[in-house]
Amino acid sequence: MALKDYKDIIHRCFRCGYCKFTSDYSYLGFNCPVYSKYRLESYSPGGMMWLIYASLVKGELKPSKHLSQILYSCTMCRNCSQECKFKFNEDIVNILKAAREEMVDKQLVPQIVGQFLTNVYDYGNPYRELKQNRDNWAENTEIKHYEKGDEFLYYVGCVGSYDTVSQKAARALGSVLLKSGLPFGFLGSREVCDGNEVDMLGEKGLFEFLKEENTQIFKELGVKKIVTLSPHSYNALKNNYSNEFEVFHYTQLLRDLVKSGKLDVSRGFKAKVTYHDPCFLGRYNNEYDAPREILTAIPGVELVEMERTKENSFCCGGGGGNFYTDILGSGKDSPSRIRVREAHDTGANILAVACPVCMMMLEDALKAEGLEDELAIKDISEVMNAALL
Amino acid sequence: MDIYSPLVDIVGEDFTSNHEEELYIYSRDSGAQQPRKADYVVAPKTVEEVQQIVKLANKEKIPITPMGGGLTLSGLAVPIKGGIVLDMKRMDRIIEVNEKSRYVILEAGVTQGALQSHLEKNYPHLEHSMPDAPPMATIVGNVVIQGHGHLSVAQGINSQMVNGMEVVLPTGEVCKLGSCSISPYWFTRDPLPDLMGLFLGWLGTTGIITKVSLQLFPKPKFRDLLTFTSADLDLLPDFIFDITQLNLMDNLFIISQEWPPWAQGILYVPIISAQDEEEFKLKIELHKKLLRKYEGKITLVEGRHAERMREARLPVPPVTLGVMAADAKQGGGFEYTGGILPIEKVPEASSKAVEIAHKYGQPYLLGYQLLTGGHSMMCGLAYCLNRADGEDIEKVRKALDESNKLILDIGGVLWKAEALAQRLMVQRMDPNTVKLMKRVRKALDPNAIMNPGNWSD
Ligand SMILES: Cc1cc2nc3c(=O)[nH]c(=O)nc-3n(C[C@H](O)[C@H](O)[C@H](O)COP(=O)(O)OP(=O)(O)OC[C@H]3O[C@@H](n4cnc5c(N)ncnc54)[C@H](O)[C@@H]3O)c2cc1C
Ligand code: SF4
Ligand code: SF4
Repeated sequence: MALKDYKDIIHRCFRCGYCKFTSDYSYLGFNCPVYSKYRLESYSPGGMMWLIYASLVKGELKPSKHLSQILYSCTMCRNCSQECKFKFNEDIVNILKAAREEMVDKQLVPQIVGQFLTNVYDYGNPYRELKQNRDNWAENTEIKHYEKGDEFLYYVGCVGSYDTVSQKAARALGSVLLKSGLPFGFLGSREVCDGNEVDMLGEKGLFEFLKEENTQIFKELGVKKIVTLSPHSYNALKNNYSNEFEVFHYTQLLRDLVKSGKLDVSRGFKAKVTYHDPCFLGRYNNEYDAPREILTAIPGVELVEMERTKENSFCCGGGGGNFYTDILGSGKDSPSRIRVREAHDTGANILAVACPVCMMMLEDALKAEGLEDELAIKDISEVMNAALL
Repeated sequence: MDIYSPLVDIVGEDFTSNHEEELYIYSRDSGAQQPRKADYVVAPKTVEEVQQIVKLANKEKIPITPMGGGLTLSGLAVPIKGGIVLDMKRMDRIIEVNEKSRYVILEAGVTQGALQSHLEKNYPHLEHSMPDAPPMATIVGNVVIQGHGHLSVAQGINSQMVNGMEVVLPTGEVCKLGSCSISPYWFTRDPLPDLMGLFLGWLGTTGIITKVSLQLFPKPKFRDLLTFTSADLDLLPDFIFDITQLNLMDNLFIISQEWPPWAQGILYVPIISAQDEEEFKLKIELHKKLLRKYEGKITLVEGRHAERMREARLPVPPVTLGVMAADAKQGGGFEYTGGILPIEKVPEASSKAVEIAHKYGQPYLLGYQLLTGGHSMMCGLAYCLNRADGEDIEKVRKALDESNKLILDIGGVLWKAEALAQRLMVQRMDPNTVKLMKRVRKALDPNAIMNPGNWSD
């Protein structure tokens, strides 16, 4: 919906601030990553609602570059929608998104956001990488392209396809799927960006275009079931694409495969593991169990929880395109560094993730914190791969 | 002089702003008061930064308004004469919990929510007196306005629970008050000249509190509430007297509101707790037994309504009633006159408050809280407002003004009063008291930089 459709709701924000917290007001810190970093009221969900109302509804303030900077610092982690006590809470992230659509229309988006969108438009990915390079991650593996009749399309997404850190996860998942014996394949150079971040950044037109492109390929190839590496892709494909495809996040599929005995994890993996819930799997899609069920099924894994976990999980700071735009920036108080410290505090030696965006964000943060000797970031697919017989 | 650059030098660029967007947000709150423009917003992290800001402001004679959660609803953290809004919430360390002497030392930006969560995780047998305010409210903002919490009947109002503090004076010196001025322990306020009285209730006009020591209390194992209803307002003073003679409650809410209809009479909601089950049952029984004296006039509510009251009022802090008032008109705001009254004056205030609400086309919404063992009552005469409707806000302002005058006319005082209401009080104050207040302020703040416009005539 467009911002005008919310015009009777936006001013209802009371600026009471429940949205900044976890459900139990964790003392560890605020759970809105933006507020957590900037600590000015303008950079809080309520502050943003008031600014959107003042600038884009009531006309009390002129929409500005600074407003745009504030709005685009939001990672769309959905903590605010979850914690706001009012009936309109579900609308908050939608309002934030609709406000960004206005910024796109008014050509006020930060330059780096414009660059992200242009790159996706021109190249089908934010990195200005050539389409044919979308195959590279699978080089020297037996993971093959999707062929008609394969049961699953393995949708990798931009980050898993191009980011060198996250490619490890893409390969590990491919390897696990191979071991499961499931007929599957990936699209490689025929895959285009799923558009989740484009949608979150407010470029509705481009999102529709990407959706069409992907849907057309899926249909052409007779795809029925899709398994995604990234929760971001999962969110877009499951909730915003046509419902003719059955979409799984890989943790859901692997959990089922372990349960049905198609994957045998009895080799085990000895580690103390803590798990970071990705926003687009957890708060957006309410999947908190599958990743944990996988980890606890692996002999030798001791799962320990961080203080902020499940629906109270603290975003890594990479959502809403921030993994690329970096509007939230680095520094000691950046969400990813806070999160890595929180993981370290559990005494775990592995910080398990289930999202390539979280993986790259947290990996960078780990280095910045100098904790590489004490903690390693691993995707659940990597842990699983190591545990398979 | 433009002090943006020197402010950046002190706290850094990320935490200093003079952008229209930040100024907009810090120039208003969720109540009915007129917006008032801030010139700078600064969020310091350390006492030294606060000192430097104060010294700069002093040199340049620029006002400073300290702000915690900014949740008073009466615009107390919105600057009246422009200048710097000092958002204290980055000073958020809980420094120490002294378990045996039951106090916590914390920085000024620690929120109610953060302290509650810290205690629940680390000291689950201790608690602090938590206001019904959203958890974003700060401990210090709350004690500065002499707020009350869920233990206010049993233990007193929250500013009475301050054992010690550290303040940055308006001239930049740091000063410790209470036992911590003498000893490493922040355990007591007495027996010393009570210098904390120079800062509590002064609404940030005498200095900036950077740390406080706050008393903690045993957290009970059993806690419940009872709901009594009555149609007879005039019974209130006697009933309150009797129920407080029992001396067994943690807290007592009194609610009367037009909607829902079952809440239209007076609802008395005592909160009762105990460490031991037998003691708990006995306390509940003794409260119920009290009703015998008021047979047919005050009755126990049971069933669905009682359950709803539990859901709404038992959590600490309660969410539903207070905050939801902000959405009653789907308008994102409300404000209330906080009248502190002698108990015997409450019926008169209530019936007149209903008239005021109706005169301004508002449903009446009265939420009262007994204070300090039954020595006074905070009577909240609340008005919901629609932030998108200027006329509605204007009506609420008028209703508040009339309510403020009502409270003063019948012998009460106003709590966390907005600037106009403070003026009403100052006008009625003993002239020598006004002079004394001015002298105190002049002595502490020679350049009148601290939250000016408050507590003045
Ligand atoms: C729904 C709702 C329910 C409420 N219920 C209650 C309740 O039950 N009990 C209650 O007591 N209150 C209640 N309130 C009122 C108010 O929100 C609280 O009292 C709150 O604790 C105020 O704290 P704050 O941090 O928001 O203070 P602020 O509004 O930020 O500040 C209050 C005053 O203190 C000054 N100040 C702030 N920090 C400092 C400092 N470090 N040094 C010097 N001066 C400072 C400010 O300048 C201002 O004058 C309620 C409010 C709402 C919205
Ligand atoms: S978004 Fe909801 S919780 Fe957050 S300030 Fe607004 S009303 Fe309060
Ligand atoms: S979506 Fe997340 S980052 Fe954005 S305002 Fe809400 S809580 Fe903050």
